[in-house]
Amino acid sequence: MDQELKQSIKKNSLLLAAFALSVALSVGLVNELTREQIIFQFQEAERRALFEVLPPASHNNDLLHDNILLEPLDPRFRNLDLLGLSAARKAYTARLDGRISGVILPLEVHDGYSGDIVMLVGIDAAARITGVRVISHRETPGLGDKVDLRVSEWILGFDGKSLQNPPVTKWLVKKDGGDFDQFTGATITPRAVVNGVRKALLFFSENRTQLLGE
Amino acid sequence: MSSQSREIAFQGLWKNNAALVQLLGLCPLLAVSNSVVNALGLGLATMLVLTGSNLTVSLIRHNVTPAIRLPAFVMIIAAYTTCAELLMQAFAFELYQALGIFIPLIVTNCTILGRADAFASKNAVLPSVLDGLMMGTGFALVLFVLGMLRELFGTGQIFANMDLLLPFAADWTLTVFPDYPGFLLAILPPGAFIFLGLLIALKHVIDSHLAERAANRQSSVIASSKRVRVTG
Repeated sequence: MDQELKQSIKKNSLLLAAFALSVALSVGLVNELTREQIIFQFQEAERRALFEVLPPASHNNDLLHDNILLEPLDPRFRNLDLLGLSAARKAYTARLDGRISGVILPLEVHDGYSGDIVMLVGIDAAARITGVRVISHRETPGLGDKVDLRVSEWILGFDGKSLQNPPVTKWLVKKDGGDFDQFTGATITPRAVVNGVRKALLFFSENRTQLLGE
Repeated sequence: MSSQSREIAFQGLWKNNAALVQLLGLCPLLAVSNSVVNALGLGLATMLVLTGSNLTVSLIRHNVTPAIRLPAFVMIIAAYTTCAELLMQAFAFELYQALGIFIPLIVTNCTILGRADAFASKNAVLPSVLDGLMMGTGFALVLFVLGMLRELFGTGQIFANMDLLLPFAADWTLTVFPDYPGFLLAILPPGAFIFLGLLIALKHVIDSHLAERAANRQSSVIASSKRVRVTG
């Protein structure tokens, strides 16, 4: 190989390596500077959602740290697949003066219009829903995204419902003969959410003793 | 404004518009233009990354050899995008939740690499920054108009959820067609292609109209000058 070519390869490689190094260093620096703030933001978002699905007066424990890690196929629980978890997620226990007053279950549904819908479902000790919130979703803006409280108040319609009210056979969207509204132009998303919340209630009733420590 | 900066602005905003003429950056353009708030958020983020990368590329233009310029530029763009995503997570978390999945798409926007290679690597810092700003603004404007059209025809409203981007804009939602049944096609990806095609057609109509007017004016100037010569 002639000397000149060797020289140019050497020069270019060193130059590119120097670029890569300085670029990596600056990204690393920004990452370091923002890391704590980002962790804080995620915890805040989780905490806000937790306090939204359970009324504040119903508990006085440290909700964030009073949790059970639910692994997929966790042997302690029956029919854990009802919650559709694709990864380990936390369930939270609400206590009022030490007595368990409710739980917050994680829920994933995979039959939405696009991608998974991740939710939190708050259920009190009498098996009534205290609140449902969508944590993340990728439903069509303007149609399916009405399950998000930032877009519409539809999701508040679950508050106070249980498997007796309406009866379990009516836990469907109206189009399927049930009691829950769908959206004009979008049935798939609300159907997935209603079915998911029903399954979360079923999971709760099958695992009452473990969850409530009775 | 000097004639060079006027020319850069005209090129970026209209004549050589990234989205309407070069048809670059279609992947983020089509994915995100289904509502005004999404379109504006990604448009602004793209503009910032484009300006930053043009600045950096122009600064180092004498130190890069032609053989390694493309990998070096790609690294710079990727670094800016990653930093933009991290900063957004840290300081504009609500917006990140709304737009987060689209931010990495900025790297796939060939407008940015295109401007780095075609302009910033050959020009001084100030014109490069201006070029980034103008190309970015042109792209953001098309995104904004496309977002508005698709939101309007898809849902009958515009400016819904603007408070995700601007905290003071919570009640900006404008219902243009009350009781609108919704038009799914406009919101789904095919709608993006159709509306972008209409916008490109509109630009061609305006351009040919302007060219015709300019030609008319020129011929009348020639005609009148002839008359002057005849009478003189």
